[in-house]
Amino acid sequence: MTPISSSLQRRPRWRLHPKFVPYVLLAPFVLLFFIFGLFPLLFSLFLAFQSWEPTSGLTNMTYVGLDNFIFTLEDEWFWKSIKNTFWLAAVSGIPQHLIAIPLACVIHAQFKRTRNATVGAYFLPYITSTVAIAMMFSTLFSTDYGLINQVISGATKLPLIGSFFPQQPIDWLGESEFIKPAISFVVFWRYVGFNTVLYLAALQTIPKDMYEAATMDGANRWNQFWYITLPSLKPMIFFGVTLTLIGGLQLFEEPFILTGGRGGSDQSGMTTAMYMYRTAFDFNDFGTASALSWILFIFVAVLTWLTNLAFKPRGGET
Amino acid sequence: MFSNIRSVVIAVLLSHLALCAQAQKVLTVAAYPAVDSIIKAALPAWEKKHPGVQVKVISRAYADHHTAMTTALSTSSKPPDVMVLESSYVARFATGGGLENLGAPPYSLNESKHLFVAFSIDQAKSSTGQLVAIPTDIGPGTLLYRQDLLMKSGLQEADLTISWDSYIKAGVVIKRSTGAYLVAHARDVKDLIIRGGVKSGEGLYFDAAGHSLVTTERFVKAFELAKRIRENKLDGKISAWSNEWAEGFRRGHVATQMSGAWIAGHLNNWLAPETKGLWRASQLPENTWAAWGGSFYAIPKAATQKELAWDLIQLMTLNPERQLQAFKSQDAFPALISVHNDAFFDEPIAFLGQQKARILWREATRHIQAAKVHRLDTFADEVINTELDKVLNQGKDIRLALQDADRLLERRARR
Repeated sequence: MTPISSSLQRRPRWRLHPKFVPYVLLAPFVLLFFIFGLFPLLFSLFLAFQSWEPTSGLTNMTYVGLDNFIFTLEDEWFWKSIKNTFWLAAVSGIPQHLIAIPLACVIHAQFKRTRNATVGAYFLPYITSTVAIAMMFSTLFSTDYGLINQVISGATKLPLIGSFFPQQPIDWLGESEFIKPAISFVVFWRYVGFNTVLYLAALQTIPKDMYEAATMDGANRWNQFWYITLPSLKPMIFFGVTLTLIGGLQLFEEPFILTGGRGGSDQSGMTTAMYMYRTAFDFNDFGTASALSWILFIFVAVLTWLTNLAFKPRGGET
Repeated sequence: MFSNIRSVVIAVLLSHLALCAQAQKVLTVAAYPAVDSIIKAALPAWEKKHPGVQVKVISRAYADHHTAMTTALSTSSKPPDVMVLESSYVARFATGGGLENLGAPPYSLNESKHLFVAFSIDQAKSSTGQLVAIPTDIGPGTLLYRQDLLMKSGLQEADLTISWDSYIKAGVVIKRSTGAYLVAHARDVKDLIIRGGVKSGEGLYFDAAGHSLVTTERFVKAFELAKRIRENKLDGKISAWSNEWAEGFRRGHVATQMSGAWIAGHLNNWLAPETKGLWRASQLPENTWAAWGGSFYAIPKAATQKELAWDLIQLMTLNPERQLQAFKSQDAFPALISVHNDAFFDEPIAFLGQQKARILWREATRHIQAAKVHRLDTFADEVINTELDKVLNQGKDIRLALQDADRLLERRARR
């Protein structure tokens, strides 16, 4: 026996055969994904076809077919929550991008030494705890003692323009017509920095030569923005809009905390995700809540597909 | 050498397992504030009786606790041995049948149920009459009012309590004289009136057959009074437990608050301690008797240490000393009747201007009737509040609002 072959034979028996190594390395992720990703998904689908009183245990489910889906689709509160969700997604989402794109351009072009600090300041709300943010805004929105109403009250005393401001304190989180704008503002404030960072990253990939060539051809700043910057940002706009759309349709934390978990007066701030949670944990109807979640999923999937269509390169575009 | 190390490791592991097996028993109790503190205060007494049994108190915020208990019962996976439940959750949890029937042997609570305030025992019953929980503290309804604001307005306590009409008229005078709101939210008055007029065997929102009661005169009256309060600008549109609610009390912007007797403790401890001596308590207007909240102990069917759990529950609920201690330390009004004769009830309360208010609250416990709890009560509460908002903010007709609420409730109840 040669020394080499004897050393090979001394190799521990538990050593894995190379062909199994990829599976073993993948196993932790796959295991966790099955337990925390796939299983809840499939269980939720299963529950959507069951009637289940949760406190009676897992064995007490009754198959009800499509009953939960039909009940949800005929439920006026579900449609109210869908309307609220779309309103909040649009009013909080669209300005995020309308502000973030020019803001990113300004930071990219004008800020040099203080750029990182400026970007950090805009990004800060995104990494701050939602609970802290919502509590801070609850105080700011307070009818009698909040800073926002105090500023408005001060503005009413201004000459000429004072009469344009409301003379009575606004019940931001108590009256149905003000709840949605208040929530939208908080969501906008929180995510505009995140989108700015996305666009700033994309701006850094646009070659400077293009701007130099455009300048030589006589293009002004606006033309350069419209014909170079904006088309170059399109893939990132698609990514950002998709994230905003999905996040907007799943909005939960901000309205939940700002409205005390109930959606506010006339449920004006109750999003579909909130209604789903309340149906399960407040109204003890997990079957309907699961059906609701799958209907919401269909809405999100269809809208994401439509967004994809809208941003798809057309003839001549690359 | 490796085989030696392996042997040592295995030996250590085995000895550790053996030690674990011999370790003392652990009784898990899931609770919310301040019941968790009450249990912890009783642990020295428990340890004297059960030296080998450690009590592990799992404390969560009120809402999180009940969500966790729902999950524990739904999966029957490692539920606590003792579960604390707030009164509104008892019947909901009883519906699923996941709680032990404490009325039957070996617990036989039916034999000692006369020791507790009657309405609290009714609150602990499932729809089939099983005693699924045991009361520990109750919340007899009371009207707290600011004596200083009343004096400035030239009013007496009776002006607030003789009738609902006089209550609103007094509110108009208070607002005119002091600028203070009569009540934080008109919804609070609605909540009280619908609780006060419940007939025997009925629930708050549903009758014994499960049909909605929201179009009855009880609700019409509640909505009308709430509307009158809003029309006279007597409410601050302030929701309970908000920052504004606490601030309103601190600054004397709210003249009255109707709630469980425990509210005096909250005001004294953290809501508005600086208003000490300015508040007084009375019975609710128009001889209305109602209960707010209350805590109960229950044993999940899947619990592993039921005998020990029952021992601990008995210590917390049937031991007069523990009940009295909880009342003194946490304002947990005792459900055990024998404690009601303690001299502590006759002591003046400094926060209420040395008033002997506990006697008032004891009187209230003798009149309160428990409403039967329905599985859809939380949903019904939400529906009624939504329709009331429409009446108060959008001028919706009361009868129409209640009919709309009725339609929503019937639709869900029929499922």
